[in-house]
Order: sequence, then C-alpha cells, then structure tokens
Amino acid sequence: MTDLLNGLIHLTSMLVLPGLAYGSQLAFGALGVTLIFGVLRFSNFAHAEGMSLGTAVCILLTLWLQGKGIALGPLPTALIGMCLAVPVMALVFIGTDRALYQHFRRINARPEVFMIVSAGVMLIMNGAIRLIVGPDGREFEDGERFIVTAGGFRAWSGLAEPLVLKTSQAMTIGLALAVGFALFLFLNRTRSGRSMRAYADNRNLALLSGVDPDRIVRLTWVLVAVLSVTGGVLFGLDKGYRPFVYQQLLLPMFAAAVVGGLGSPLGAIAGSMIVAFSELALTFAWKKALGYLLPAAWAPEGLMQFLSTDYKFAISFLILVVVLLVRPAGLFGKPVK
Amino acid sequence: MNRRTTLLYAAMAAVLLSVALLQSWQLALTIVNLCLISAVMALGVNVQWGVAGMFNVGTMGSAAIGGLAVVLVSAPPVRAAWAAGGAGLLASAAILVLTAGVALAFWRWFGSRPLLRGGAVAAVLFSGFLLAQQWFLPATAAIEAVDAASAGYLGGLGLPVALSWLIGGVFAGLLAWPVGRLTAGLRSDYLAVATFGISEIVLAVVRNEEWLARGVKNVTGLPRPVPYESDLQSADGVQTLALWLGLPLRDLASILVKLAYTAWFLAVLGIIFWLLERLGRAPWGRMMRAIRDNEEAARAMGKDVARRHLQAFVLGSAIVGIGGAMLVTLDGQFTAGAYQPLRYTFLIWVMVIIGGAGNHRGAVYGAFLIWFVWVQAETAGLWLASAATALLAPGNPLRAAFEQSPAQLRYVVMGLILVFVMRFAPRGLIPEATPEHQK
Repeated sequence: MTDLLNGLIHLTSMLVLPGLAYGSQLAFGALGVTLIFGVLRFSNFAHAEGMSLGTAVCILLTLWLQGKGIALGPLPTALIGMCLAVPVMALVFIGTDRALYQHFRRINARPEVFMIVSAGVMLIMNGAIRLIVGPDGREFEDGERFIVTAGGFRAWSGLAEPLVLKTSQAMTIGLALAVGFALFLFLNRTRSGRSMRAYADNRNLALLSGVDPDRIVRLTWVLVAVLSVTGGVLFGLDKGYRPFVYQQLLLPMFAAAVVGGLGSPLGAIAGSMIVAFSELALTFAWKKALGYLLPAAWAPEGLMQFLSTDYKFAISFLILVVVLLVRPAGLFGKPVK
Repeated sequence: MNRRTTLLYAAMAAVLLSVALLQSWQLALTIVNLCLISAVMALGVNVQWGVAGMFNVGTMGSAAIGGLAVVLVSAPPVRAAWAAGGAGLLASAAILVLTAGVALAFWRWFGSRPLLRGGAVAAVLFSGFLLAQQWFLPATAAIEAVDAASAGYLGGLGLPVALSWLIGGVFAGLLAWPVGRLTAGLRSDYLAVATFGISEIVLAVVRNEEWLARGVKNVTGLPRPVPYESDLQSADGVQTLALWLGLPLRDLASILVKLAYTAWFLAVLGIIFWLLERLGRAPWGRMMRAIRDNEEAARAMGKDVARRHLQAFVLGSAIVGIGGAMLVTLDGQFTAGAYQPLRYTFLIWVMVIIGGAGNHRGAVYGAFLIWFVWVQAETAGLWLASAATALLAPGNPLRAAFEQSPAQLRYVVMGLILVFVMRFAPRGLIPEATPEHQK
C-alpha cells in the first residue's frame, strides 16, 4: 500500500503537476497562435518573441516596482508587473499591425507573405529584447517559492517520496483556468466576442452584418497581448527567464495549435495538454515509478526512458506528423483543403 | 542583363574592391567566399519561394545536413570505433527497419478499423524502438569511448571533400522529400511549421549524437580541396611571385588559398546558376511560374500542383545542402553549436527578398549585399555605439544597451530591411523579368 502511495506521489510530483503547468503555459501561447490564425489568417512566427518581449517588459516593470518597495507578500511582485505589461504589449502589437499587417490585409496578400513579414517582426523583436534586457537570463521571482516543500510533505505524510508544489506551478494552473474561462465567456457570451467569431468564420458575411473589421483586429491583438504576456511571465517564473528559450516554445505551440485544429480555442488547450504530457511522459525516466507500482519481480533494470530530454521537441514534431497524416484539420478543426 | 542589374553588380564589386584596398585583400576574399556560399543557399531558397512560392523555414536543417555530409564523406575513418560499436549500430538499425516494415504492414492490414490500426502501429513502433535501444545505447557508448579526446565517433569514408558537396545536396534533398510529401497539398502554414520542426530535429541530432559527428565537441581538421598555406610558402613559384609582387610570403600564401576557394565556389555557383536559368526557360520553369501566380488556373489546366511543389522543394533544399557543405569545407571544421535559425534561415530569407524573389540574378546579388552588411554591421554598430556615447547622457539606459551589445543591432537592422522591402518594394532590388515578357 505504501508502495502504491509512494508511486502515485512520485508520479504526481514529477509528472502530473509539471505537465499541467507546462501544458497551461503552452496553452497561453497556442491560444494566441490560434486566435491570430483564426481571425487574421496567418501563422505568426513572431509569437514566441512576442511572449519573450512581454516578459522582458514585465521584468523591467517588476524591478522598478521592487525598487519602490512594492511587494505582494507571498506572491511574486511580477503579478503586478504582468498587469502593467499587458497594455504596453497591446500597444506594441496594435502598432505592428497598423504599420505592417494592415497593409497586407488590404492588398489581400498570400499567407506566405504574412509569414515572411512576421519573420521580419521576429528578427526586430529579437534585437529589441537583446537591447532591452541583454542576452543573459534574469531571475525575477520573489515571495514564497514553494507551497508544498519536499521536507514538509515528508514530515507530514511519513512517505519516502516527496510532493513538491511550486508557487509558480500553482499560479500557472490557477491563472490558466481563470483566463481560459474568461476567454470562453468573452467569445461566447459578449457581443464583441461573437462578432469576432463571426469575422473569423466568414469575413464577408460579418462585414455585411456591420461588424467593424478594425475593431475586431484591435480586439484580437489585445487578447493576444493578455495571453502572451501572461503565458510568457508564468513560463519565465517557472523555468527562470532566458530571452531565447522562448524560441524553443514556438514548435510545441504550433504543434499544439495544429493538433487542436488551427483556429479553434478549445482545440488549442486540448492540443497543449497532449503535447505537454507526451513530451514529459516520453522523456520521463519511468524506472522509479514502475519499481513502486509493479510487483518486485517485474521491476525494470534500465532507466525506462524512451527518449533523452534533448529530443523533447522532436515529440511535438512527431505529434504534428501524425496529425498531418491522419487528420490534417486537427481534433476540433473544420477540414481545410 | 539590363542597366540596373549591371549598375548594382558594379557597385557591389567596387565596394568589395574598396574593402580590399582600404582594409586588406584577405578580408575582402573572406567576405567574397562567404558571399558566394550565401549566394548558393539563396539560390536554393529562391527556387522554393521565388519560383514555386513556398515558405520554407528549415533552411538551417538543410545547411546542417549538408555540413554533416562533409564529415561523413571526407573525414578519415575511425576503424577502432567501427570495431567497437559498428555491429551494435547495424543491429539496432536493422531492428528499426524491421519495425518500420511491420508497422507499415499493420497499417495496410487494419485499414478498415482506424482505432485498432492506430493502436497496433503505435505499439509496434514503441516496442521496436525500445528493443533497438538495447543495442544502440551500448554501441554508441562504446564508440564514444574510443579515443574520446580526439575521435569518439565513427569518422567518415576518407573520400575527396569536393565529392561531399554533391552528397550534401543529396542528403538535404532526401531529408526534404518526406517533409514535402507530408505537407504537399495542405495549407502552406503546415509546410512552414513542418520545415521549422525538421530543421530543429536535425540540429538536435547533430548536437547530441556524438558517435555521428562528435556533437558539440566539433570535428576539426577536415580535408580541403585546396593546398595548405605552409606547403605554398615552401613552393618555389610562390616565393618568386612574392618577391615579384613585393608581398610578404605569408600574406601571399593565404591570399592564394582564399583565391583557390573562390575559384571552387565560383564554379559551383556558376553551374547551379546556369542550370537554374535553363530550368527557368524550360517548360518546367514556365509551369512553376504559372502555378505560383495562379494555382487554380494551373490546376484547371491539369497541372499536378502538389507534385510540382514537391519537386521545387526538394531541389531547393538540395541546393541549400550543397551550400552548407561548402561552408563546412571552407571552415575546415564542423561546429554543431554554430547553427542558429537566425543566421542560417532568416538571414538567407532576407537575401532572397531584398535581391528580388523569382530572379536568380537578384538572389545572388542579395546574398552579396546582405552578407556584406551583416559582416560590416559590427563595425557600424561599434561606430554607432561611440556616437551614442557622445550624444546620450551617461545614465541613459539606451546608451548602456548600445555599449553592451553593438552587434545585437544587426538583428534589428535585418528585420527592418526584410519588413521594409516587403512593404515598400516587394519585388526587390532586381525585379523578376520572366522570359515571357522580356524587356
């Protein structure tokens, strides 16, 4: 019985909680990707850089707040910084749209052209990040680091395996639930959200019905700013901020969005969880867990690790390949040619 | 060649000549050599984007696998490593091939029941992979233990290095085929995401599989298609030439080596350029432009769009692979850590876009121009930094940023160039002039 409990605690602490946190962070990114795809009709290669830039802005604001002696007690000050960074990034995104994407929408450019332009935006943002915070990592987390510590849990339960819950993990999961819920309320219940969905579904019909396209576009970028700043900051708090680690999120985010069906918010969340848990489960060393859960005679000898963690993103790619082979429209998407 | 093209090329030549005269001949030739390699890569991207209208974000992967080909073809073989782990590697490879075969067979058998099919295929692949690991892990560990400081990998075949350029192209083409096949006929976004993914995977393999090409420990001392400087210095002819030119012997030897590289690269670029120009005039080129400009109409005329796209994609990737192989040969070493998407994918894109997509002359010109700007931007950045130091107050954060990282400005400059060209001059510096309406 204790073996079973130990095994379950080990899995929860090392696989389920990190998976939920990572999946939520991915979901913030994938929701942004899928919103831009659904409403503005292109794959935004600058999305990871946008998240990184949002986090960089939040870090600067957080440092400024910390300098003023403002803190949130046990919670990280970055939460306030995050709220302040959202309007900044919304302005950045809307400005970029005004300067660039708007023109290409007007001339009805091909989707590849949008992608190339977004790659250019990516280069500019990348350089801007280097100028703002420099190429090195930053620690900006303060407050309590852990909600449940390893030692505390061991003393309380008397089990050999510890349960660890980081503040950043709990915050990520909680915020993901809250923001996800709010987003669905917005898209389904409000007039603006409905007109946005109508615009994404059938542009001409929506225009005929009197939907203001400029307003929809602005609204989309505001939503993207909320999602990408929140996701970026939470990822930075959880893993430590390094400006260029976000580039590695681009592939999992796209994979998650494609798995769920490009343009489908629900699909983006489901896809993020699929990608996150496949990544973790396939690079997880199952030896200890199987040792606890299986009878002693069956206990494995090797690490029982399917792939080394260096190939994490190969898994997102694999999932992408399977989806493209089996169901190119994704889980929740409408079939596209 | 119209007047504009001639003028632009002449200006570029003048700029390079002024670098040679003002800075040094060695620097100018180094820049020219890298410009030539970039031009080959740009031609590859131009086949995909300019001719076929496909967005490939995986140029880096093609370049890296081309570079890997240099190691596998031309590095001296390490027999001890083959003896230590060759059998195990082959065994695991055989298991993987068998697994793939069984999986394929299951895929065919269970065609009517998708759930059973998916489950069976996944189970076969999973267990086959785990089984192969049983031989693979000890074998690679044994290979990496052989003389770990200087070898620790299988080595290559010891063949002439120029052959590896061709093989590099073949490798890159072979890698591109399944990716192109997978995304053929789907939205262009899928191609972009898939190429982005495959290039990251190639990079991960190259970095982590030490038994293959030493991973981040780098393979150095690769054979060269040109003589070594030290041999040239002791040659009689070179010594007389040095006396006659009044140049130091060391400088002359290095200039001659660089010139020899230039000749090689120029030859390769010339051949590829000539072939592409011929292809462009052939019915194939006309058809590709027709597909690019109006896919629906081309399809209505009975053209197999997905198949043509696949051809252009494989051809373009192969050309980039040749460029990647030449780059590794020029460096004389394979540095897995040096491959970055910004440098190997997006920089090449900037070259093609600014030069004039669809026009091979434009792509080559863009490669020269952008590589020159990229190299000299560091100097310009330093100059800008000193200007900023003079203009801005000491406490200004912008000044601190400029002082810290003048080279970082390069990315902003490249991004701005890309975006501005797309916005205001989408046809580039040397716009495409198709044979159909020759000016």
